Amino acid sequence: MTPFTYERASDAGSAVARVTAHPNAAFLGGGTNLVDHMRLGVAHPELLVDVTRLPLSRIESLPDGGLRIGAGVRNSDLAVDRTVRERYPVLSQALLAGASGQLRNLATTGGNLLQRTRCAYFQDVTTPCNKRNPGTGCAAVEGHNRDHAILGASEHCVAVHPSDMAVALAALDASVVVLGRQGERRIPVIELHRLPGNAPERDTVLQHGDLIVAVEVPALPMAVNSAYYKVRDRASYAFALVSVAAALEVRNGQVADVRIAFGGIAHKPWRALRAEAALRGSPATAESYGRAADAELADARPLQYNAFKIPLVRNTLRMLLGRLNHGGRS
Amino acid sequence: MKASITLRVDGEQRSLTVDTRTTLLDALRENLGVTSAKKGCDHGQCGACTVLLDGRRVTTCLSLAVACDGATVTTARGLAPGGTLHRVQQAFLEHDALQCGYCTPGQVCSAVAMLEEVKAGHPSYVTEGLTVPAELSDEEIRERMSGNLCRCGAYVNIVAAIREAMRQGAAP
Repeated sequence: MTPFTYERASDAGSAVARVTAHPNAAFLGGGTNLVDHMRLGVAHPELLVDVTRLPLSRIESLPDGGLRIGAGVRNSDLAVDRTVRERYPVLSQALLAGASGQLRNLATTGGNLLQRTRCAYFQDVTTPCNKRNPGTGCAAVEGHNRDHAILGASEHCVAVHPSDMAVALAALDASVVVLGRQGERRIPVIELHRLPGNAPERDTVLQHGDLIVAVEVPALPMAVNSAYYKVRDRASYAFALVSVAAALEVRNGQVADVRIAFGGIAHKPWRALRAEAALRGSPATAESYGRAADAELADARPLQYNAFKIPLVRNTLRMLLGRLNHGGRS
Repeated sequence: MKASITLRVDGEQRSLTVDTRTTLLDALRENLGVTSAKKGCDHGQCGACTVLLDGRRVTTCLSLAVACDGATVTTARGLAPGGTLHRVQQAFLEHDALQCGYCTPGQVCSAVAMLEEVKAGHPSYVTEGLTVPAELSDEEIRERMSGNLCRCGAYVNIVAAIREAMRQGAAP
C-alpha cells in the first residue's frame, strides 16, 4: 500500500476544501471498497480525509413526506430503519441483499453509491483496463465477461455497477445532496452514475472534492408496495448477476403506476423508463410485464458469455411484478 | 505516516502507534499480539477476522486502525473472560461446529452479534415481511451468517450450534 496521510474532518465544508485542494486526496467512509483497492494497487491516494465522524448519520423525515438519509448512515442501520421497512421495502431489501452483516455495519450510504465495479480485470492491476488505467484497453470485451453489461456499454468498458442499494434508490426517484466548491446541489440518483462512453475512468458526474452529504427519497406512497429481487450464483453474499427493484400500483386490474430499475446489467443502476411507459395503463398481467421487459431490452447487446442475462432480467421482472400484484412478499 | 491511537481490546485499554496503512486486524495481531482475530482472505470476503467493534460485528481487515481510534474491540477471546465460555462458544464445542478451527473465532463473534440483531427484531433478506419479527429458521441462520466462510464445510454443525445457542439465550 502506498503511504498516505490520514486526517479526520471536523466538518463537511473543511473536508470538501481539503480534498478539493489536494489532487490525490480521497474521502474515507467505511473503507470496505477503498481500503481493498489501496491494498490491491487499484487506488493510491496520498491523503485520506475520514468523513465517518461527521454528523451525517441521521435519518430524518422531510416536510413533504420524504426521507433524508445522511451519507454516513451505515447500510445496516438504513436497512432496519422503521420508516424504510414500512414505506420503502425495496430499499430495505436491496440493502439486506448486499454484502454481509459485517460489511453492512461498516459501509455507508454515500460510500455504497460510490463503490466501484467488481470487474475482475479492473481489480487485477496486471491486466489492461480503461477504467483503472485509461488508454490501456479493455480485457473484458474479449475476456471472461459473464458478469458484464448488456446495456449502455462501450467498446472501452463493459463493467457493471455493483450496488444493490443504488438500484432501489434509482427506482424510488431519489436524489443525492452533494456539497462541492460552489455549495450544495442535488443530483437525481439516475443521473449520478455515467455510462462509460469514452471515459470509463469516470464512474459518476461528481467533480473531485464533491462530497455526498445525504440522499433524499421522495414520499412516493406507491413504494409501500415495492420489492427487490437479486439473482446470483449462490444464495447469499455475492454480487448480482441481475437484480430488479420495482414498485407497483394496480387499480381495477390495470397498472396505474410503476417504478422499475435493473442492477447487474449496466455501468449504472438502470432505470427502466421504457418498460414503465409500456406498462402504465396496461393490464397487470404476465404478458404485459414480459412486453415491458422486451421494450427495455430491445437495445441489449450481450457479450460472448452474458447473453443469459436477457431472459434472466425478463423472467425476474415478470416474477417480481407478479408477486407485487398479488400481495406476495412485501 | 505514524499515528498514536487508543483501543479498548477485550476489556483492556491499549495505546499504540501505528502506520496509517495498518488495518485494525494487523494492529490487533501484529502490534498488540491479539491473535484471536484470524487473517483469512484479507479482502473482506471470508469473515475470519470478524470482531465486535463497539458491539457490532465487522470485518477488521478492511478497517484502518487509525480510523478506529477510541473504539472498543471484543474478539472471540474477550467473549470468554476468565476462561468461562460464552454460550455460543460452548454450543460450537458441543455441536462439533468446526474442523480445523481457523474460521471459528470469526464465526463465534459473528453469531453473537447476529443473535443480538435477531433479538432487536432486525430482518434479513430472507425474512418474509420486513416488519414482523423473524423466526430464526435454519434458512435465516444461513443467510445471516453468509459473511463467514468455512473451508472445512462445517456449516451443518455451525447452524446446529447457533440454533442451540439461540434456544438457550431465549430461556429465562
